[in-house]
Amino acid sequence: MIRSLRWKGAAFTVPFQLGFVFLYLLPIGYAIYQSLYREQQSGLGLGGSTEQFAGLDNYQQGLTDSAFMGSVLRVVLFACVQIPVMLLISLLLALLLDALTSKVAGRFRLLLLVPYMIPGVVAALVWINLYSPDVGPLTPLGRAFGFDWNFFAPSMVWSSIGNLLTWHGVGYNMVIIYSALQGVPRELFEAARLDGASELRVALSIKIPFIRGALVLTGMLSIIQMLQIFNEPALFRNITPQTVSDSFTPIMIIYNQAFNAGNYHYAAALSVLLALILGVASFLFYRLTSKEAD
Amino acid sequence: MLTTDNGTKQAPATVRRITRPDAAARSRGGQRFLLVGLTLASVYSLFPVWWLMVAATKDRVGLYQSNGLWFSGWHLWDNLHQLFTYEHGIFLRWTANSFLYAGVGSLGGTLLALATGYGLARFEFPGRNLVFACVVGSFLIPIALLTLPLYLLFSQIGMVDTPWAMLVPCLINPFSVYLAKVYTEATIPYELLEAARIDGAGELRIFFSIVLRMMTTGGATVFLLAFVNTWNAFFLPLTVLRGEENWTLNLGLYNWSGKRLESGVDLTSLVLTGALLSIVPMAIMMVAMRRYWRTGVTLGALK
Repeated sequence: MIRSLRWKGAAFTVPFQLGFVFLYLLPIGYAIYQSLYREQQSGLGLGGSTEQFAGLDNYQQGLTDSAFMGSVLRVVLFACVQIPVMLLISLLLALLLDALTSKVAGRFRLLLLVPYMIPGVVAALVWINLYSPDVGPLTPLGRAFGFDWNFFAPSMVWSSIGNLLTWHGVGYNMVIIYSALQGVPRELFEAARLDGASELRVALSIKIPFIRGALVLTGMLSIIQMLQIFNEPALFRNITPQTVSDSFTPIMIIYNQAFNAGNYHYAAALSVLLALILGVASFLFYRLTSKEAD
Repeated sequence: MLTTDNGTKQAPATVRRITRPDAAARSRGGQRFLLVGLTLASVYSLFPVWWLMVAATKDRVGLYQSNGLWFSGWHLWDNLHQLFTYEHGIFLRWTANSFLYAGVGSLGGTLLALATGYGLARFEFPGRNLVFACVVGSFLIPIALLTLPLYLLFSQIGMVDTPWAMLVPCLINPFSVYLAKVYTEATIPYELLEAARIDGAGELRIFFSIVLRMMTTGGATVFLLAFVNTWNAFFLPLTVLRGEENWTLNLGLYNWSGKRLESGVDLTSLVLTGALLSIVPMAIMMVAMRRYWRTGVTLGALK
């Protein structure tokens, strides 16, 4: 490529690069810098405070902070249950759609995508009211069948949030899996069908292996989202602060450390730690799922 | 597999037409199982929305005492009136803010992303791979790691609690850049650019009068996804917007839903009517532009 043309091409990307430096690299650098300092009250706490280099103290504190590590563990456990359930339902629905004629499938696909069109915060508000013993229809429905549900009780709250996330996320994941299924060459399972393989068998041994990539991808996206879960628990906390504490998820702790406790340095260290945990989790998931292929 | 809905799906459909009757004849029960399963799933998907629509037509008594899944009196207009007049019409203000942030922010962000994607896809320059690596790498950065230091930096230059604190971050959207690059690769042939250069067109002119025009579909997808993303944003506005005159719809509804425990004011009826209204622009946009966002959703999946 001609030299002058190269630089003209690069010029198209310069505004973005500048923005990226100021809105991504600079903030991340600033967070790392902040995480290495601590606020020190001077004298008797009268003369204000000064910043003091703390090395990795904030990180050490974070790794031994039972509230933070507990919230990470809580979210990881929750992810281990909710993500497989959600992806299984998405896969099942995508397989059902794939077995229909494309006209009927298109209609169902639109209906199943309705939850995805609803903003996450609004979806959470709607479900919180559905769960509510005062205005929601689910509590009387449960009573009619002899169950005394309390969706906000400590033993139920994760199931309640899990159901909300599944409701909201199934459509999106289903579309991704469905479009991967559309790419499976039809000849592959025509032969199997002629050999007398059942539809279930075709799905299990031809379709699902073929769309592994899409499943890994939806799994990865879900993990990244789940470790950062904030909106739903924050909205539940509005209604039931006794059950959903302010240290329920890692991001809630970070937010509280920064804005309620005023401890930016510690919050910065925790957000760097969370980024590392996220990186490790994605890497492990990727390794785990690509090993299975061999 | 960059399938547009009309494009590649034709092929499987024709194959299917041949095979389907055979399969259906083999298992009529199977077909029934399919339809029952999908119908149940659709009911599960739709009943919360139905409940919300019904709830928005009820007054307080109806909301608390009647069956949630059926109508009881028609108070939608009263609810809307109350919603729009509550605290001097603050709800309208939030709606306007949401449109401002999502509309202007995404428009600017889309233009920037198209230029960047074009530069990355059709030019070779030193550092190109590094820029692209930054774009993809940023997908893994947790939102808190960016938002908290941004808040601190913005507060040092007096941008916190102004619309700029929402608009400026929307301008830089790595996912939009990624999509724009993929779309450029799919729609802008090198030969066309060469021909335009031979005819003496400058690079800027080529971008604005040829590339942008050919990228209408891709640009619309990028804009739509960015708009939805900003409209749905919660953590960023919660962090950088303090005074309620700058809030978004999401933030306002969140605040109203917490009022009951905080100060004993029950705004449930307003929250539900407001929630229903805040879905309307999303639904209209998504249905009107569904051709675009479906490709976007599947494309995003293939990154």
